[in-house]
Amino acid sequence: MFRSRTFAGALAAFIFIGLVAAVLLPGCGKSNEGKVFKVGVIVSLSGPAAPLGQPEQRSLSLLEENVNDSGGIDGGKVEFVIEDDESDPQKANLAATKLIEQEGVSVVIGCSSTGSTLAISPTAESKQIPVVSMAAGTKLTQPVKKWLFSVAPNDALVIEKVLMYMQDDIKVKKVAVLHDSNAYGTGGADEFTAKAPDYGITVVSNESYGSADTDMTAQLTKIGQTDAQAVLVWGTNPGPASIAKNMQQLGMDLPFIGSSGIANKKFIELAGPAAEGVVFPASRLILPSTIPAGSEWAKVVEEFSSEYKAKYDLDIDTFAAHGWDAGNMVVNALQEAGEDSALIRDEIEQLEDYAGADGVFTYSPKDHAGLTVDALVMVKIENGQWVEAVQ
Amino acid sequence: MEYWEFHVGRADRRQRALLVGSAVFVGLVIAATLISKGSTGFQWIVSGITVGSIYALIAMGFSVIYSSTRVINFAQGEFSMLGGMLMYSLSTRGGLPPWLGFIFSVLIVTAIGAALERLTIHPMRDQSVITIIIITIGIAIALRAVAKWIWGTDPVKIASFSGDSPIRFLGAAVVPQSFWVFGFAIVVVILVFLFFNRTLLGKGMRAAATNSDAASLVGVSSSTSSLIAWTIAAAVGAAAGIVIAPINFAGYNFGIMLGLKGFTAAVLGGLGSAPGAVVGGLVLGVLETITAGVFPSGYKDAVAFLILILVLLIRPQGLLGRAEDVKV
Repeated sequence: MFRSRTFAGALAAFIFIGLVAAVLLPGCGKSNEGKVFKVGVIVSLSGPAAPLGQPEQRSLSLLEENVNDSGGIDGGKVEFVIEDDESDPQKANLAATKLIEQEGVSVVIGCSSTGSTLAISPTAESKQIPVVSMAAGTKLTQPVKKWLFSVAPNDALVIEKVLMYMQDDIKVKKVAVLHDSNAYGTGGADEFTAKAPDYGITVVSNESYGSADTDMTAQLTKIGQTDAQAVLVWGTNPGPASIAKNMQQLGMDLPFIGSSGIANKKFIELAGPAAEGVVFPASRLILPSTIPAGSEWAKVVEEFSSEYKAKYDLDIDTFAAHGWDAGNMVVNALQEAGEDSALIRDEIEQLEDYAGADGVFTYSPKDHAGLTVDALVMVKIENGQWVEAVQ
Repeated sequence: MEYWEFHVGRADRRQRALLVGSAVFVGLVIAATLISKGSTGFQWIVSGITVGSIYALIAMGFSVIYSSTRVINFAQGEFSMLGGMLMYSLSTRGGLPPWLGFIFSVLIVTAIGAALERLTIHPMRDQSVITIIIITIGIAIALRAVAKWIWGTDPVKIASFSGDSPIRFLGAAVVPQSFWVFGFAIVVVILVFLFFNRTLLGKGMRAAATNSDAASLVGVSSSTSSLIAWTIAAAVGAAAGIVIAPINFAGYNFGIMLGLKGFTAAVLGGLGSAPGAVVGGLVLGVLETITAGVFPSGYKDAVAFLILILVLLIRPQGLLGRAEDVKV
């Protein structure tokens, strides 16, 4: 009787210790057990900016899964609370208020477009919530806004890359500009015209076209009468494709230098043989062979692209990369700073030589854009394929 | 002779003078362009005729529905968009021979046009014209949304009917597809004109628009008339969309621009007049291109719309339109 009671007691004690251990041990050193880090995400999943927002959202969902599967942030789960702004800045602002006030997020990733980001920026600033944008407008980070960061190579950087290419590689002095009359086209043309003199380049003709126009022969014949040595075409599909076709039709053989808006296979499909020889600036990740081999950056791109492919059976594009970089920076900051918005902001601002998919980021109180021209490459279309313009 | 008849007669003479005046104006602009710019100016005019033929084709669709029902169909551009996108799916992607893809695309859009008329316009036939016009805006938005859902947001390319090598003459270069568009516009305007002016059904449909009771007495009800008009407009729109796609590309939202420019051309030429649609389209296209060539190109659309406003102020029935008797 006694013996069996001792045995039962020993057994009970053993089970008790086992249970306690089972509960406690995995928690050893994990201070955030049971905690949920909420991150606000505002992307355009519908409307005209949906082609940007959808890959961004895919990357963020992939990242959320990855982080939580590998133990989260010291045991705490990351939750990306995703809102669709329907490509509408006003809706973006409503979403920002909702995320900050109702969901209580400590940091916001977004938006997909410059317009939406500019709309939420004052809201976030007044609540002192850091925002990491995936849009490319130069206005986002010039002048620097204390609470706003951007991960996409912005238009000013892209223009700088184009000007360097014109000055150093094809060595032209006189350039004609033909741009879409929308905000993107006009912004790019203005930026180019303002910076060109610094590179010894004169803009000899400045023409525009409507986004839905299909015949630009009138503008092109005018350009043909100037002494331009190259044409800079600033717009998104399908305008530049029509221009390439019109140039072929008119037999113009001036170098065609496009915008980053044609850094997609769609342009080659639309312009067909007329796309041959067209040169445009793009993020190096669309031509991964141009990223320094063996670098941290190359590793990030390789891993990201294989995981993205495995989950969605899709190739990564620049927008997916923006989502991936913004998400990783935020998770990284949460890891270091916890849920304190001010500390998260400081953490992002302190990033130095941080390898993402878009490039290597170094932020500072004077620079919230992070990237340098090294993130970009001039791409040439040859035999329907992308190759590096300067070998 | 009543006083007002005399007055109308005088106004008519004044308008004829205006018409001659505007023809002379367009002629002078073209002549001045040719003389001052030579072959470059000729290139602008040739390009303008291509663009203008595109506008004319869309304007024709507006015309057909307007002359039989007095409704302005703001989904007209969407019919062309659907034509182009279906052609892409059936021929470019699906591998059907182009002529077969053309026929099937036109048939499908025609069926859609007829079905839309029965489902959305017919039940509202007793409502005012303005109500029906607003319904057509709804149809346009719905068609665009469906197209976006099916085909996505990227524009697509359709191969030219007879190659891409430009034809050069007198210093200007034209892509072969331009001839298709221009020729097609001419054929369609002749067919539509003959239908409305030489066939009993067509004449009856025009009558139904003016006086539906009287027309129904002679066997053309305004309900049938509306159905036939929508069917024709959808067919013309779809075919136009396919012919212009190799120049224009095709995309879910391309109907907006086509509709806007086509509508402008239709108003310019005179709503309800098939020859007016062609004249309006060509005048708009040529003036746009010349403006883009001569002035800073940003003013191109401004000039086009300025001309439209002037026409509406001076000659509200359009260049070739006939003033409606009922207004007197």
